[in-house]
This record gives sequence, C-alpha cells and structure tokens, in this order.
Amino acid sequence: MKQFAFALIATCLATIAEAEPTATGDLGLVIERATGSVLLIDQSERAALARIKGLGDLSHASLVYSPDQRFAYIFGRDGGLTKLDIVTRQIAGRVLQSGNAIGGAISDDGQLVAVSNYEPGGVRVFDADTLQMVADIPTGGKTIGLVDAPGRRFVFTGWDSGQTWIADFASAEPRISKIPDMGRNPYDALITANGRTYITGLFGEDGLTALDLWSDDPQPIRVLPGYGRGQQEMPVYKMPHLEGWADTGSEFVLPAVGHHEVLWIDAETLKETARTPTHGQPVFAMARPDGRHVWVNFAHPLNDTIQVIDTLSKQVIREFKPGPAVLHMEFTPRGHEVWISVRDANVVMVYDTQSFEKLREIEAKSPSGIFFTARAHKTGL
Amino acid sequence: MADLARISRIGRLTRALLVTCALVATSAFAAETIDPGALKRLVHQDCGSCHGLTLKGGLGPDLRAQNLQHYDLGVLKGVILDGIPDTAMPGWRPLMSEEEAEWVARYLLEPVQ
Repeated sequence: MKQFAFALIATCLATIAEAEPTATGDLGLVIERATGSVLLIDQSERAALARIKGLGDLSHASLVYSPDQRFAYIFGRDGGLTKLDIVTRQIAGRVLQSGNAIGGAISDDGQLVAVSNYEPGGVRVFDADTLQMVADIPTGGKTIGLVDAPGRRFVFTGWDSGQTWIADFASAEPRISKIPDMGRNPYDALITANGRTYITGLFGEDGLTALDLWSDDPQPIRVLPGYGRGQQEMPVYKMPHLEGWADTGSEFVLPAVGHHEVLWIDAETLKETARTPTHGQPVFAMARPDGRHVWVNFAHPLNDTIQVIDTLSKQVIREFKPGPAVLHMEFTPRGHEVWISVRDANVVMVYDTQSFEKLREIEAKSPSGIFFTARAHKTGL
Repeated sequence: MADLARISRIGRLTRALLVTCALVATSAFAAETIDPGALKRLVHQDCGSCHGLTLKGGLGPDLRAQNLQHYDLGVLKGVILDGIPDTAMPGWRPLMSEEEAEWVARYLLEPVQ
C-alpha cells in the first residue's frame, strides 16, 4: 500500500511537471527558406528555442496563426500547407494542396484556412482543424493578394485577369463576387487593419487600386494613377510586398514600383501627400506599431541596407547595412524591437527601435519571413 | 587521294588546335571574371524571387532545363541581359557582364556545371 501511494505521488508529480503550460504570446517563427525548416523563437528571451524540419520548399513561404496562438499554418512554395503545433513543436498535419502556391490567410473566426495558388491558379479553402478541403475556387490564372476580411470573407486577385474576387463564407455555400478592371498585373495586395480597404499594387501600370469593402457593391478606386509619370522607370529585380499597411495614423506608406521611393497616401482621401526618395527599389515599407517611423528594405542588388524614415518630417533619419540580403522585418507588437532576417549572413538580428542599437544576433539558416504570434489577432496578417 | 587525306588531317589538326586555344583563352578569361558559386547563388536566390528557389516557376515562368530547350543559348542570354518588354522580366545588363549572362544561360540549359 505504501508502495502504491508512493507511485501515485510520483505519477502526480510527473504529471504536474509535464503540464507546465507553454505560453505562446511572445513566441514566433522564422522561415528558413533553403532548408525547409522553421525556427521557433522567443521574443522576450531573444533566443531560438527549436528547429522544426520537414516542411518542403519554403522559398517565399509565409504563415498565419490560429486565434489561440497555438498553431501556425505554413504556406510553402511547393503547395504544401503545414499545420504546426508550436506548443509540442510537432507537425500536426500537412497536405500538398497544389503544385505552386504563394501565400494564405485565416478567416476571422479561425475556422477556415485559405491558400492562393499559381498552379493550378485559384484559391483552396481548408478546415483549420482537419485540413480537409472545404472549397476549391479556380480563377483560371495566377492568384495573388489573398487576405481575410471581416464576415468570414477572403479577398484575392488575378495577376493576369486584373480581377478581384470576394469569397463570402458566411453561409455553407461560398458566395463569390467579382470586381473587374482592378488594373494591369496586380502583384500583391493588402487590407487595412480595420478590414475596410483592400488595395492592390500594380506592376503593369503606375498606380494602385482600392476597394471599399464596406460598400455593398465595391468599385475600383484608382490611387495615385501615373505616379511615375515623367520619370525613368528602373528595372525591378524583386517585387515589393504589401503585407500589412504601413499605417502611420493619418497616412499610409507604400513602396513604388520601378522607382526608388516610397509613396505617402492620405488614409481618408487616398490622395498622395508626399513621396520620399529611397536607397533602392523598396520591398517592404513597414511602420513601427506606433507609426512614428517607417522601416524600409530593398531589392537586389541593394538589399544589404535598411532605411528608417521619420513620419513627421518624411525624411530618412537613419541608414545602416545589417548585412547581405535583408529579406524581412518584424516588429514586436508594441514596437520596442525589430527583428530582421539577413539571409546571406544566416542570422536574425534584433535591434532596439529607439536607440537603433543591435541587441542580439540569432543564428538561422537562410532566414526569410519572421512571424510573431501576435499576428493571430490582426486582420490581414 | 593521299593529298586529300593529308589536307583533311591538317584541317583536323588545325581545328583541334584552334579549339584548344579557344578553350584555354576562355578558361583563362573566365578565371578572371566568372565566379560560378556567386552566379549559382544569384540564379537560385535572386532569379528565384520570381522563378522560385528551385526554378520551377512563380510569378515568372518555370526555368528548369527541360522547359528551356526551345531556347538557343544566344536568345536566352539576350533575354537575361535585356529582359522581355511589357513583362515583369527585367534586363540584368546593369548587374552582369555578357560573359556572366552567357554562363547563366548555359547553367540554365545544362544545370550540371
């Protein structure tokens, strides 16, 4: 009996030890693009916790988080959709859903995960629990700019067709509405944090096109048509990304295409308010969460540099060279640090955003996208 | 007949000699200017921005060798250097020499180098 009691106590103790909860609120993942792995990172510890392998071709990969910040849905270039449990650090599910994919989104209620595909062109929607496909929406061409919108909707755009489609999953059968004439060769899109405005950047013409998703019948709104007029167009060696508005309060900042500048737009009127010349073709122009500074990285061959622009003066106030191939930046949710992936140096660098001091280097293999779990609670991310 | 055979032998010799000279010249030249490691990296990482790290295509088309065989070397080199108008393919002339573009074209057509 004594032995039994001892065993019981031991078991209880073991269970308590195992049940030590893992808080995921300050964790994140870094895509290691060349090795098909992700690195689990801890923001507060400024450290890597684990590497999870076996995720396929992760060039140009991205991910979204479940509302409870436990699962990441990772979208690989090879069409792989992987559900990763960051508490157990195990792959919880994986499907190869297409031949060539370009990103994804999770619905506002966290129940649906959508992936946009180049081949076969279109969007496929999966049950977030089981990864069973619940809808296949062929668009007939390469599909870009997929975001979630409030009301269990997904919005996405065709590179060749210049059409934006809204897929509404409020009821069992998705309702699709199509908006033509968004412009020539939309290359990416984003949605504002309040879920109201969807904007596509255009490669085939100077300008952007917005949709007001609060409207019952959204119509294309031209933004900055012909912004490059009269200027020599420069070659674009890497398409800019429009992930998340660089929202500075009353204005938005966007990378120009074929011009070495960022464009400032009034958030209300969508009219140009200013432009800031930059070091190269901007790839990401990202506002620090408080909106005071905008950090910009650049396309090949000028991709070793970061510029920081002050929102009030719209001047570059800082320029530095973290290293070869700066691919992505992710701010901590309150903006006190920025984490920067420097692909060819095989490190993620952590900077203080007030002092610009480098705080830490974390080894990573060919790092690209950095994603903190706080994204789980943001529309469009 | 003997003369003809001799001429053809001389011809072969001359050709062989010329080829050898050309090879020596090319490799001597290449040794100075071509960095295959850097160019391979450029192909997969930077061309890969649009064409995919494995070159199987993305926003830009599939560049794997089996899908490029309809291109001859010169045309492919031209596309690399000057791009394709009205598409997203930029000209890389500002960033690479003719010799480097030719190396890249060759590498795309025959990746084992």
